[in-house]
Amino acid sequence: MIIQFICRAILLGVPLLFGSTGEIITEKSGHLNLGIPGIMYVGAISGVVGSFVYENACGNDITVMNGFLAVIIPLICAIIGSTIMGLIYSFLTVTLHANQNVTGLALTTLGIGLGNFLGASLINITGSELPSIALTKTSSFFASKLPLADDLGWFGELFLSHDFLTYLAIIIAVITSLILNKSRVGLNLRSVGESPATADAAGINVVKYRYVATCIGSAIAGLGGLQYVMSYASGVWSNNAFGDRGWMAIALVIFALWKPSFAIVGSFLFGALCNANNYIQGLGTETQELFKMLPYVVTIIVLVITSMRKKREHQPPAGLGLSYFREER
Amino acid sequence: MAKQPAIELKNITKRFGAKVIANKNVNLTAYRGEILSVLGENGSGKTTLMNMISGIYFPDEGQIFIDGKEAVIASPKDAFSYKIGMIHQHFKLVDVFSAAENIVLGIEDGKYNLKKSVDEIKKISSQYGFNLDPEKKIYTMSVSEKQTVEIIKVLYRGADILILDEPTAVLTPQETDKLFEILRRMRDDGKCIIIITHKLHEVLSLSDRVAVLRKGEYVGTVNTSETNESDLTEMMVGKKVDLNIERLETGDCQDRLVVKNVTCYDRVGAKVLDDVSFTAKSGEILGIAGIAGSGQRELLESIAGLQHLSSGEILYNTPKTGKVENLRDKTPMQIRNMGVRLSFVPEDRLGMGLVGNMDIVDNMMLRSYSKGHSFFLKRKKPKDLAMKIIHDLEVVTPGAGTPVRRLSGGNVQKVLVGREIASSPTVLMVAYPVRGLDINSSYMIYKLLNEQKKKGVSIIFVGEDLDVLVELCDRIMVIGGGHINGIVDGRNTTKEEIGLLMTKSKYNGKEKDNG
Repeated sequence: MIIQFICRAILLGVPLLFGSTGEIITEKSGHLNLGIPGIMYVGAISGVVGSFVYENACGNDITVMNGFLAVIIPLICAIIGSTIMGLIYSFLTVTLHANQNVTGLALTTLGIGLGNFLGASLINITGSELPSIALTKTSSFFASKLPLADDLGWFGELFLSHDFLTYLAIIIAVITSLILNKSRVGLNLRSVGESPATADAAGINVVKYRYVATCIGSAIAGLGGLQYVMSYASGVWSNNAFGDRGWMAIALVIFALWKPSFAIVGSFLFGALCNANNYIQGLGTETQELFKMLPYVVTIIVLVITSMRKKREHQPPAGLGLSYFREER
Repeated sequence: MAKQPAIELKNITKRFGAKVIANKNVNLTAYRGEILSVLGENGSGKTTLMNMISGIYFPDEGQIFIDGKEAVIASPKDAFSYKIGMIHQHFKLVDVFSAAENIVLGIEDGKYNLKKSVDEIKKISSQYGFNLDPEKKIYTMSVSEKQTVEIIKVLYRGADILILDEPTAVLTPQETDKLFEILRRMRDDGKCIIIITHKLHEVLSLSDRVAVLRKGEYVGTVNTSETNESDLTEMMVGKKVDLNIERLETGDCQDRLVVKNVTCYDRVGAKVLDDVSFTAKSGEILGIAGIAGSGQRELLESIAGLQHLSSGEILYNTPKTGKVENLRDKTPMQIRNMGVRLSFVPEDRLGMGLVGNMDIVDNMMLRSYSKGHSFFLKRKKPKDLAMKIIHDLEVVTPGAGTPVRRLSGGNVQKVLVGREIASSPTVLMVAYPVRGLDINSSYMIYKLLNEQKKKGVSIIFVGEDLDVLVELCDRIMVIGGGHINGIVDGRNTTKEEIGLLMTKSKYNGKEKDNG
């Protein structure tokens, strides 16, 4: 029971971890990308389209499908789709100096709309009765467990039974943490987000760093959308099912104090909080809704505590949300 | 030994937009092993010129030669490769980084090894006599420590042409002396040092040669040993200027404002004013000196009714009637309704003093809008006042209907001071009134203050130029870390004495975050 609860929390947390790791990288460059929910949507639908095409190409026959291709095609599609979103965001905010918040919100609207449009189109193509597309074959490749997962009892279930995207999310978060704190690239990136003028004067290409960080961040966030469809929803896409997970990922960034290592713990905690209502007996539907509020309440509490402690290292990057022009006077 | 020219500028021109010419046909040569001062008033194009050498801007016309070879400096990176390092007036440091992280930022030299860099930094520090902990975070540092980081940053990159933009603007006299000592040591080491400043006595005491700019144009270069303050001023301003500041003797001084044991805290709970007590007298200019952010702003705001005091009181003696009013915990409007004529020229002119997008007339009305009783505005009186200020204070503006943000800093300040004086105050508080002003405007402000003093106004003057404070003020109060370190008589004090009082702090060694 408790093992099951934890595994469920991890499963729910992984999209958030992808989303928030991506957003942390983006925010460290000084971009407050509120387009993350839309980008995760686009990541999901791009993966869905990719695997849909591949499944059809193989005549919907699982024996014809190559396991590697079945995984890599949706993965690459998701990365391409969400990177394009990141590019749009960077082009608008860096090159055209558009307001970051407005651009981000517009991208969220665009991404969700695009996802629903493509989703509905695919449903139309299949002529399905249900308002969803099932890619269960692709999903089964995504869900391959590690060897020994079933033999080691609770240990296997807790640590080895997850899909590979879960491990990928944790690895990416750890690598991101190392790069941010221990490498020159990380130092440069942080300086771009804290004080672009300083970075510029130090000879760092602010435009390049902002573009690249935003695109990489978007690509990672997009994987979160893919993981949701392929692992959590077992390959079933239905419009709007992804819900407000993108916003929760942004809240998680604040919760994690812009640290990817904290985001790992935070995402699983958020997953547990999201899921708590299903494990507590005797809740009415209205109290269940109250329970779904928990992740946000926790975020607000963390915000209050960190702003009271006023430790400078725990504050958002100083240049967050600000455009940078060099020849400004 | 013939000196080698390190950097030569030939016919440099830089425009911003079609109309603004920041630099026009500037020619300048700086040699190795010398300190060259670039002197000019605010807006004369000194900083723009230096930004072109350091790669922040790119000249529209003209050439730059480094060691006799033509150089194209298109970015700060190019400047580094020519071994040019600039120490900006507004520090370009990342607050949450340590000194060492800031110093190595942007350097690409193989493996990233902060430990090795820290050792390197310590070596440079001891070579030139700096005192710096490389692991210390910038936001816990004092201004002079931050400047040290900036200087080591360029030395670490191996710069041998150093450009310092107004390096002493934020330093105490003692810190300035120490900096000059280090700069001389670097000069003797064969480096070329260019220092931008508008302080004449620094130019004379530090540099070997002086290049003067006026309104973006190059006036000429003179050897420091062959010039003096008044000649340099004439080159800088284009006409003779009387550099004496008058200190009027008014004689009749009554206690006007009595501040007793005022303590207050900022939003975060840090003490910003610590048991402050003093008396401001009528017909007197009380100067306030201190390192920036020592509580000057909070002190003036407490008197103006913009700060909540946690203890203490502020007593106002009404002239003629002699009635005593307590201003503590009153809003600015309540204070005004009590008949207390208090005027406040805040340091943040366009933030707290004037509304940038409104024109001069509307800004006049900010002070008097509550007087009218009809539904519609009556703009006649404020318009007359605006015209009077424009005329009397020689405000350069296309008209009274121009938004104040389009005026230059000096003219904005004149509008603000003019408005505050027009309300015929009994207490006039001014914070850094000549910051960013040219010499002529500065002396006009001093004259205005003296006129008010003659009328029996009690003036509180927060200043940063100690020379001016010593010449202008009757008494000078020195504030450090929110605490009054001493009040000295302007007639028989020296700026060294004030400088010592500024750094003497009961919180010595314990850094405070002023962010």
